[in-house]
Amino acid sequence: MLVEKAVALSVILFVLGTLGAVTRRNLIVILMSIELMLNAVNLALIAFSRQWGDLAGHVFVLMVIVVAAAEVAVGLGIVIALFRNRESINVEDSSLLKW
Amino acid sequence: MILVGVIVKMLFIVLVVAGLFLPLITWVERKQSAVMQDRIGANRADLAGLTLIGLLHPAADVLKLLSKEDVVPLGANRVLHRLAPVIALVPAIVTLAVIPFGGTYTIGDTTFSLVVADIDWGILFVFAVGSLATYGAVMAGWASNSNWGLLGSMRASAQMISYEVTMGLSIVGLFMCFGTLKLTEMAALQDQTFRLFGFLEHVFGVAVPGFLDWLRLPMWGVFLQPLGFILFLTCIMAENKRPPFDAPEGESEIIAGYHMEYSGMRFGLFYTAEFLEVPVIGTIVTSLFLGGWAIPWLSTTDIVGGVSSVFGQGFAVGVCIVLHVLSFLLKVVVLIWLQMALRWTLPRFRYDQVMDLCWKMILPISIANVFVTGAVILFLERGA
Amino acid sequence: MIDFLFYVFAALAVAGALGMLLNTRNTVAGALSLVGTMVSLGAIYVLLDAYLIGALQILVYAGAIVVLFLFVVMLLNLREDAFSPERLRFTKLIGVAIGALVGVELLLLLPAALGPAATVPADFGGYRMVGAALFTDWVLAFEVTSLLLLAAMVGAVVLAKRSID
Repeated sequence: MLVEKAVALSVILFVLGTLGAVTRRNLIVILMSIELMLNAVNLALIAFSRQWGDLAGHVFVLMVIVVAAAEVAVGLGIVIALFRNRESINVEDSSLLKW
Repeated sequence: MILVGVIVKMLFIVLVVAGLFLPLITWVERKQSAVMQDRIGANRADLAGLTLIGLLHPAADVLKLLSKEDVVPLGANRVLHRLAPVIALVPAIVTLAVIPFGGTYTIGDTTFSLVVADIDWGILFVFAVGSLATYGAVMAGWASNSNWGLLGSMRASAQMISYEVTMGLSIVGLFMCFGTLKLTEMAALQDQTFRLFGFLEHVFGVAVPGFLDWLRLPMWGVFLQPLGFILFLTCIMAENKRPPFDAPEGESEIIAGYHMEYSGMRFGLFYTAEFLEVPVIGTIVTSLFLGGWAIPWLSTTDIVGGVSSVFGQGFAVGVCIVLHVLSFLLKVVVLIWLQMALRWTLPRFRYDQVMDLCWKMILPISIANVFVTGAVILFLERGA
Repeated sequence: MIDFLFYVFAALAVAGALGMLLNTRNTVAGALSLVGTMVSLGAIYVLLDAYLIGALQILVYAGAIVVLFLFVVMLLNLREDAFSPERLRFTKLIGVAIGALVGVELLLLLPAALGPAATVPADFGGYRMVGAALFTDWVLAFEVTSLLLLAAMVGAVVLAKRSID
């Protein structure tokens, strides 16, 4: 029963993360919402790994944590470079490619 | 029954370690620095004319801090400003939950161990909780809305997350030697001795000559991993921003760094957190490297066997418990002395020197330590 | 007891996520609520027998990644600036409704579909078993992630470096 509740929690967190990534303007909050989505996926992987007794879920979660760390490092580097250029982290100020 | 045991142990930790050690550390800091610097130190606080060589100064400190005005600077985030000292203090106390103050003892038919939480991955718990202490420093500087606070905060966050990496890496060799992450098991494994020249038998197949065979060392972490001990002590002192690594609160550069805008008991909480880290560092390093509660050449079976032949099983185990806890506290006191001596001997490192030390010196040396440890373990086990 | 703890930590996780999302002015407070979510998730992992992953979640995610976020916020000195009110309010409502619907559906339909959880050895999710799996079955993924981390490190340094000219 714990597994199903964990999967439901994972869905709720994923939805909240998606909403944050879609509607917020602050670039750092968008990155944090993406982290929240990755965490929700980790929770689902751990829950199902517990359900089937297979350690592949745990190993995959380790890979996801590593990828999230790498993505945050590079993403924040991009944020710093963008801030140096435009003095703002509002994504609406970086909409040159919008037609 | 188990719950009562847990509560008793928690009370022991909070009252004895936090309540007794903390005022003592303040006194030790003042008196040891005074002795090292050839002066008398603080000895004026008196109670009806009795000065007690300065032992009343911690009480005077607390009274002073409690009676000061609590200032929240203009434009500061009030919630974060108030939350930061608490977040700096809590990890120091929570870390004590997994430290073994004694081994596992059986009296009659009840078995109990002198540790609050015997987690299978004890060391990871210590690192995880320690990494949450970063937020106290980070929040304090940001929420203060001051330039010095921000500088101190940024230095603190970069320094703490860098040294977490090397803290974990420098004791990987120790995990390889002991084969476990459980602190109680590590302390129990350090309760034995090994022959110093035993490697002659394992590696070269030569029998150890008689006059060298009796030379046995206790199987402490510091003898198995001397380099790991030095690296880990450096890293954990830097992680907790102990001088000489206190660039985040460099008093001569950025006034008081991240706890500049704190006064009264909130500063008292930061002060408490920093001074509580000293015995906590002592307990962690003792459990890993100095044999924990083990007495050097007297293993538990020796003591219990020896005393029970004269007095009886229950009394023997009681004597054993007292001896073990005293030996643990003695080793913690030695490490407290060592940290204080390091503090008052070395000048503060410049911030770029601190970061260079972590990434350019300690990290490669720890990785080399892992390699060499692996090679030595392979060679030693090849013969066995 | 485990159920009660799960509800407490699930409520904390959702509260932390909402605190991050609904916080329109203070980025640092949002990041700190995210830390609350990460720590609660770490506790839930331990409840699900994933001991190593739970410890690593707190150590890596809550202890380093969010500190990195806070470090960048402090470096760029992003105090409370006023962003224009967000649009897409209707979309948000629909998103929340669909999310709640899927969550409730899963909660009702999954127990019958999955059956009881597998009985696992007591050491499941401990560092020995996960470490053994990581170095025997999944060693290729392990080595590739080390290359990934190297690429990310080089990329981050190149991006954030100021050119000396």
